[in-house]
Amino acid sequence: MPWTRRHLLTLEELSLHEIDQIHATATAFKKILGRSVKKVPALRGKTIVNLFLEPSTRTRMAFDMAAKRLSADVISMDGSSSSTTKGETLRDTAQNIEALQADMIVIRHAAAGSPLYLSKILGIPVINAGDGAHEHPTQGLLDTFTMREQLGSLKGRKVVILGDILFSRVARSNIHALTKMGANVTIVGPSTLVPAWFKPLGVTVSHDLRSALADAEVVMLLRIQHERQTSGMFPSIGEYTSLFGLNKTRAGWLNPKAIIMHPGPINRGVEIDSELADGERSVILQQVTNGIAVRMAVLYLCSGGQPEQVIPQE
Amino acid sequence: MPSLWISNARVIDPASKRDAVGDLFIKDGIIVASLTAANKKKAKKIDAKGLVACPGLVDIHVHFREPGQGHKETIETGSRAAAAGGFTSVVCMPNTAPVADTAGTIQQIKDSILRTACIKVYPTGCITVGMKGQALAPIGSLKRAGVIAITDDGDCVQSNELMRRACEYAKMFDLTIMDHCQDHSMTVGAVMNEGAVSTRLGLKGWPHAAEDIIVARNVILSTYTGAHIHMQHISSKNSVDILRRAKTRGVNVTAEATPHHIALTDESLGTYDTNFKMNPPLRTEQDRLAIIEGLRDGTLDIIATDHAPHTDYEKDKEFDYAPNGILGLETALAVSLDILVRQNKFKLPYVVDLLTRRPSKIVKLDAGTLADGSPADVCLFDPDEKWVYDAKASFSKSSNSPWHGQTLRGRVKNTIVDGRVIFSGGKFVN
Repeated sequence: MPWTRRHLLTLEELSLHEIDQIHATATAFKKILGRSVKKVPALRGKTIVNLFLEPSTRTRMAFDMAAKRLSADVISMDGSSSSTTKGETLRDTAQNIEALQADMIVIRHAAAGSPLYLSKILGIPVINAGDGAHEHPTQGLLDTFTMREQLGSLKGRKVVILGDILFSRVARSNIHALTKMGANVTIVGPSTLVPAWFKPLGVTVSHDLRSALADAEVVMLLRIQHERQTSGMFPSIGEYTSLFGLNKTRAGWLNPKAIIMHPGPINRGVEIDSELADGERSVILQQVTNGIAVRMAVLYLCSGGQPEQVIPQE
Repeated sequence: MPSLWISNARVIDPASKRDAVGDLFIKDGIIVASLTAANKKKAKKIDAKGLVACPGLVDIHVHFREPGQGHKETIETGSRAAAAGGFTSVVCMPNTAPVADTAGTIQQIKDSILRTACIKVYPTGCITVGMKGQALAPIGSLKRAGVIAITDDGDCVQSNELMRRACEYAKMFDLTIMDHCQDHSMTVGAVMNEGAVSTRLGLKGWPHAAEDIIVARNVILSTYTGAHIHMQHISSKNSVDILRRAKTRGVNVTAEATPHHIALTDESLGTYDTNFKMNPPLRTEQDRLAIIEGLRDGTLDIIATDHAPHTDYEKDKEFDYAPNGILGLETALAVSLDILVRQNKFKLPYVVDLLTRRPSKIVKLDAGTLADGSPADVCLFDPDEKWVYDAKASFSKSSNSPWHGQTLRGRVKNTIVDGRVIFSGGKFVN
């Protein structure tokens, strides 16, 4: 089946086949990243605008890098330099970007649903680079790409997501992708941050770290934000770490071959011991590298490319 | 003014327990038992075969945005939307700009009503100064200026002590207190019902517990002070349960349900359409059904629309940033007929009662009946006619409706105010 989607808004709406197509395309592009000339002409003459209305380092750099590896021209705008600070609406900002003849827009926004909103207004492809607590589809794609690289098929594998699930778009995108791939997903953390409302998404909800981690082959940690403490979601960072922080002892409960993941930025000593973050089971930096290949695949496919046409010639 | 002779209508008037096909006579703006032969000859005759004639509908919860927000709605446009929906009496909320917390602002509103309203429009005043929940508004002066109830609608008095004093004080003037029931501390940044859908969509949830707590608080304060508290737009099953028990004990509370809370649930929010964003939010199917049962057994007394216009450019935003509220006046009757009569087997006269006599009673209006000697405010509607609702062609200044483009069943044909036909066949009559 050919790739037909022009926007990438959520992983909820993707089929397993589409996820496979993105991963296959990313595999092909990843080979390019190891060459001396890390560039293909796939998107030559196209202009991609990265509209980042919320702070981001990793995602923004990876999108920037991915577009450049595809020979596209890239313009990046952040919230403080855009007209939105002068009160311009998102509709007007986006329509101006389209009028400037951009070919694609990558948006990061604090409000859930804003990429969908833009996709209904604009005639150019819209890529969601994270919308509020809703989804972060390219992160979900790079995370599952990394898991497949490390473990092969994810069918029947136990994957644990640990931390602030309630406010996490990364968790939601991973849940959608992983359940489609047949993984057994457990989300775990304090009951205030891991509400039972997630059960209809097809996951196991747990507040007991030991049983959650038992025999897991992947543990994905999410950043604990200090502001959750002041809003009363849990008593203190110290109590969080003592109950749910991943340390060496607790890592021992995992399957011996388990990998440790984190989308970043990491709070060392809070959700994860420094030693584990840098340890041999950590694939945190591989995730970052894979983020370029996966985003190249997404930009390429949503520009009208087809998976089988990638085949990079040396 | 010519007399009116409405013939062959199914006349439904719950107040006088009338439900029969027959004639309705109007003379000098008043409902009369009959006309003399000479008057009959001169009377304007409306053949209402197949139509229902009922008291003009009464909505005790609308936002007409005057003064200060005339870009959204005015008393003129709002009253026209009301008339088009069969309403002849409405009660305006005071969360305007400035808020209606002084006698002067009430006088300004009354002047505008006199000049521009095509139906009967009644003002309410704030409970607290500036609607800030910190000090009592001049409730006595507001009463003298002509408010028929007090409310901080859109907001909720958080201090139990202040609410208690408001109850005691308003009782002295026999003024109803209307309360928008929402615990603010539990709803910071909340934009939709908290539950499985908000979790999937990544939107901040507004738990029904935040409504239930204030409903319970108001039941307790009404019991303690004896004041009449009317709970606005009840959205949660638990709140219905709390009210049911309170009413069994005879507590002096009443409550309303909106057409949207009986028709829609949070499942409608899947595409982040801001025309489904309002406060309190749409809740679950379980809540929706409980509200319908609350209306059926009288726990919830009435239907009110919470007609809340906002311009296209205000609503056309990221979901988090769009204002709360939807239009309601032109669709309320059709939606109520559909959900209550056709889907839930309510008797038509009972639904008419929910929209006429009962709301009038809550704020003591001289309206809501076709009994002889009453003001001749009448709604003639075809209960079965199908029509497509085009919100862009609404008589309201705004078009923020979740029913835009939908086929509705049940259509207002004529609206009569004090014996004058003001709306007929989809048009206003000069």
